[in-house]
Amino acid sequence: MKDVYLDNNATTMVDPSVVEAMLPYFTEQFGNPSSMHSFGNKVGFALKNARKQIQALLGAEHDSEIIFTSCGTESDSTAILSALKAQPERNEIITTVVEHPAVLSLCEHLEKDGYKVHYLKVNKKGQLDLEEYKSFLSDRVAVVSVMWANNETGTLFPVLEMAELANAAGVMFHSDAVQAVGKIPMNLKTSKIDMLSISGHKLHAPKGIGVLYLRRGVRFRPLLRGGHQERGRRAGTENAASIVALGKAAEMALENMQLENTRVKAMRDRLEQGILDSVSHCFTTSDVDNRLPNTCNIAFEFVEGEAILMLLNKEGIAASSGSACTSGSLEPSHVMRAMDIPYTAAHGSTRFSFSRYNTMEEVERVIAAVPPIIEKLRKLSPYWNENGPVEEPEKAFAPTYA
Amino acid sequence: MWDYSETVQDHFYNPRNAGAVEEANATGDVGSLSCGDALRLTLKVNAETDVIEEAGFQTFGCGSAIASSSALTEMIKGMTVDEALTVSNQEIADYLDGLPPEKMHCSVMGREALQAAVANYRGEVWSDDHEEGALICKCFAIDAVLIEETIRANKLTTVEEVAHYTKAGGGCASCHEGIEEILTMVMEEAGETFDPEAVAAPDVDTTPETLVAGTSGMAIMKRIKRIETIIESIRPQLQADRGDIELVEVMGDTIYVNMTGACSGCQMAAQTLGGVQQRLIEDLGEFVKVVPATELPVSKTSSAMAGA
Repeated sequence: MKDVYLDNNATTMVDPSVVEAMLPYFTEQFGNPSSMHSFGNKVGFALKNARKQIQALLGAEHDSEIIFTSCGTESDSTAILSALKAQPERNEIITTVVEHPAVLSLCEHLEKDGYKVHYLKVNKKGQLDLEEYKSFLSDRVAVVSVMWANNETGTLFPVLEMAELANAAGVMFHSDAVQAVGKIPMNLKTSKIDMLSISGHKLHAPKGIGVLYLRRGVRFRPLLRGGHQERGRRAGTENAASIVALGKAAEMALENMQLENTRVKAMRDRLEQGILDSVSHCFTTSDVDNRLPNTCNIAFEFVEGEAILMLLNKEGIAASSGSACTSGSLEPSHVMRAMDIPYTAAHGSTRFSFSRYNTMEEVERVIAAVPPIIEKLRKLSPYWNENGPVEEPEKAFAPTYA
Repeated sequence: MWDYSETVQDHFYNPRNAGAVEEANATGDVGSLSCGDALRLTLKVNAETDVIEEAGFQTFGCGSAIASSSALTEMIKGMTVDEALTVSNQEIADYLDGLPPEKMHCSVMGREALQAAVANYRGEVWSDDHEEGALICKCFAIDAVLIEETIRANKLTTVEEVAHYTKAGGGCASCHEGIEEILTMVMEEAGETFDPEAVAAPDVDTTPETLVAGTSGMAIMKRIKRIETIIESIRPQLQADRGDIELVEVMGDTIYVNMTGACSGCQMAAQTLGGVQQRLIEDLGEFVKVVPATELPVSKTSSAMAGA
């Protein structure tokens, strides 16, 4: 039986027709687009086409607003550092506590260099307080960086409204939209978003290609200086094959946008309901009425995420967890902590993220596999008795932490 | 995904002694701050003989926490309480054919649960004696708290010194930024400023001259003989993996070795050297560095050759 891949927020399969589109650019179309001969010229046309395909997906006004980068992280760093560099008199940043490390680690690093960072808090549903946001907006703020959709919970932030508020206050607005692009419709030309980051491998293009959308007229300072590529805004020879691939993937994402909100959403909803109905003491950790159609995050109480993932993996099911042990750094998920999810539940939070390549049969397989896995682990848990949690679990088992 | 040994996977998928022991007369509840895992160990100890007759565990934790708990219960069954207390966390890890450096604290948690359970059996109160911090050096599994305390206790001022005292940063060197940050912080407390250009305080016995002056020739021979014997005892393990090691030179606290066979060019060579070094430090009772013979100081002629 084929393995079930429900970790599409981590990365996605490159679509076979995307691979097909990019392959010629390794061999017969190997030219450098900057060259003055036919080898380069054809590649130049291909890049132009890709830029238009991405412009269409984002609803950008001009194709020159698309800057190719190496990844989402580079786009984030470029945007934030550019805003600081272009406005040296402004030394504050506004962001949220639940951003991706690509933004959060950079902000923490900038604090060491003397910048003041305002971190917007979230409530138990993962929502922001816009009043708090407004109170931070001032002419000392160089840039606001707020993610469009959270990678762990799928919860959407009101970035369009927040961009309006920033614009009214004369502050640049950047959004890390790597999880949202291709899953929800966008029309940036009618928005006040100044900069926006995309990562190719989240929408069935390869790893190692990203985009920074930069609204025309927004003051900009490049991160990489050198050649004239990307109109001097991002030097370095173009990753032509991957740019062509991302263009193709963007075109396909636009064609399939409807599917994300119908078929993909139906699979996600069926999985979530199936698990909530068959496993006791678990709950969803996202803002259920306001989230990506492909993401489901369930916290299983009194068990730990890595153990869940290992047992799922044995059944041929791939998912992800916010547990400390799966993070490499042993830090529990900052998103779960920010939402004030109790430790005994945050530790067992498990993310299932879909793509249009999943099937309803796979969903049923996962619904059947999960209950025995949770039961097996709960039998090992000191918080669990024969059939349910021990009475007052936090008191009955209160270990000495060291 | 973690690189878990087959033994770890076996103990996770088929845990031994899961659940609470009935009629237990010893219970130890401990948790690990660094990852949030927690473990309850219950024992049935024969009050006459002090022998652990049954051991059971309940663990809220990851794959290696469950595997470490399972291994611990298997290891201590049949031991007396005193014997069980001599089980080190390294032995738990060895029983499982090793744990990833990030996961060594799971075996520490197992050992602490045992100490807590024995204290409970004896009617004593157990209190933990160490604090664990964020993992800084992944090559040798050294955390921030240990580095911080070592810097403070020994007034260290350079990354090199930190590597000498704790091994942290002595491997792949990726964590040097983290070590510099800790140095900056601790030195600021003492009103000093960390200087990345500073040179480590000279180690008195690294030069052969002072070594000869300070130690009798006989003592040096005995020491080298001892080093040879220890390396000899490590060889069978490496040979089992079709590798090998030989002693090339001893200069002060630096021991130069040659890694051959499958060890040469192996990506794990640095880790293997680290293991050899740990073993030598333990057996010799002094700090030594184990480095590849390629780092031996070369004479001018041979370096000119290499450059040509």
